[in-house]
Amino acid sequence: MPDLAYHAPDTIKQATDLLAANKGSRPLAGGTDLIVQMQSGRVAPVAIVDLKRIASLKEIREEAGYFAIGAAVPCTSLKNNKALVAEWPGVVEAANLIGSVQVRNRATMSGNLCNASPAADSVPALVAAGATAIVTGASGEREVPVEQIPTAPGKTSLADGEFVSEIRIPRQQKGGSDAYLRSIPRTEMDIAVVGAAASIVLDASGTCTSARIAVGAVAPTVLLVEDASKALVGSKLDDAAVAKAMAAVSAACNPIDDKRGTVAYRKAMAGVLAKRVIQIARERAGGN
Amino acid sequence: MSRNHVTTTVNGDEREFLCSPGQTLLDALRDELGMTGSKEGCGSGDCGACTVVLDGEMVCSCLVLASEAQGRRVETIEGIAEGSQLHPVQQKFLENAALQCGFCTPGFIVASKALLDKNPNPTETEVRYWLAGNLCRCTGYDKIVRAVMDAAAELRQERTAA
Ligand SMILES: Cc1cc2nc3c(=O)[nH]c(=O)nc-3n(C[C@H](O)[C@H](O)[C@H](O)COP(=O)(O)OP(=O)(O)OC[C@H]3O[C@@H](n4cnc5c(N)ncnc54)[C@H](O)[C@@H]3O)c2cc1C
Ligand code: FES
Ligand code: FES
Repeated sequence: MPDLAYHAPDTIKQATDLLAANKGSRPLAGGTDLIVQMQSGRVAPVAIVDLKRIASLKEIREEAGYFAIGAAVPCTSLKNNKALVAEWPGVVEAANLIGSVQVRNRATMSGNLCNASPAADSVPALVAAGATAIVTGASGEREVPVEQIPTAPGKTSLADGEFVSEIRIPRQQKGGSDAYLRSIPRTEMDIAVVGAAASIVLDASGTCTSARIAVGAVAPTVLLVEDASKALVGSKLDDAAVAKAMAAVSAACNPIDDKRGTVAYRKAMAGVLAKRVIQIARERAGGN
Repeated sequence: MSRNHVTTTVNGDEREFLCSPGQTLLDALRDELGMTGSKEGCGSGDCGACTVVLDGEMVCSCLVLASEAQGRRVETIEGIAEGSQLHPVQQKFLENAALQCGFCTPGFIVASKALLDKNPNPTETEVRYWLAGNLCRCTGYDKIVRAVMDAAAELRQERTAA
């Protein structure tokens, strides 16, 4: 095994310099994927750049237009931010379905995103919420929709030396809310067979003015199902509109067949979960 | 191979050790500090036998690098009893026969105490969800949950008495 180096920079600049200087280095957030992968020999980085000593990455900032969630914020901390819980209950719940309390005290949403598992639980909720990632590298920052970060299982669009410094979630609109559900064989500690998230906005008359539906574990990357949005926007989320959205979700899926679920099961379940999250998000948004 | 020098607080005492950069906190506790109470059941975050409290939050020490502990506070199973005085969680595990082989027990006790430190009056459902990351192949969990509920009741009583 080549010599591994561990770095714990205090600033973002030091982190990007270290990542740029060491080809084959990896950022370390909670380590709940990375350390498992290092132990099994699946990845062998030359250097680890621990993000958890960078003070600004450990904060949740409430800006006028968005919440900024630093890359080192563990999932359990999200529950302590009342405004975030009120505006995006589905995102907070999704992140807090990951693993066990021990795992969630370390695991971050940025790590969940950058690990690029198709079954990552927080990612469909972030996609539905319209979240973006701030990608930071030696040459500066760029803001990217979260759905453009994973490109294939285990692969991301990040260039060498780049990392996600924060995730931004827009402030919730009036009449808006969200939800996330997953299907697993157990009640805790399992990988999603299907996951679905909905973010819905209703006007005063109960008409849907915006809908974003995202599904996980049913394709190589999390899918934003635009045809489901089309089916819902302008409707009162009546049975016919929801049935159309369910069909659009099932049609968009391109899942694998494995011991956790067959292709047919995953497609059907994705539709069912989509229906349930639409219903929960609508109730939370004040509709019925 | 390079070795990192780490200074950290373990159960209230300042400790120092040398570790390799990829070494886990679990391995450093066991192999460098000789504290073998924390167990390795899986090494992958699934079983909770290695549970310790790091800066006030319980984590799997098999998924923490030893180097990360620099300047932090680590609490392990070795720090739970006060001398020969068992903590109520430990006492109730004995009284309820909440262990058989005992391999999972240090992790369960650290996790259960972490729960009761935050929430002295948990429901059974809360206990079960909190302990979902701790696996036991022997007891069937029921006695463990009862021990934690009993310990919670005793701690509440101690608090009102004090
Ligand atoms: C027992 C167990 C149960 C689990 N259950 C679930 C589950 O139910 N649902 C689920 O979705 N996941 C689950 N996971 C996987 C894991 O916990 C999550 O994916 C977690 O969110 C990863 O975050 P992390 O901060 O620990 O990432 P790390 O392990 O630190 O990093 C993951 C990857 O992303 C890279 N990375 C980390 N942060 C950044 C960044 N800011 N910018 C660029 N790259 C970065 C790392 O280099 C690494 O390649 C489980 C893991 C364990 C051990
Ligand atoms: S040994 Fe750490 S969780 Fe199993
Ligand atoms: S007592 Fe044997 S594993 Fe729990």
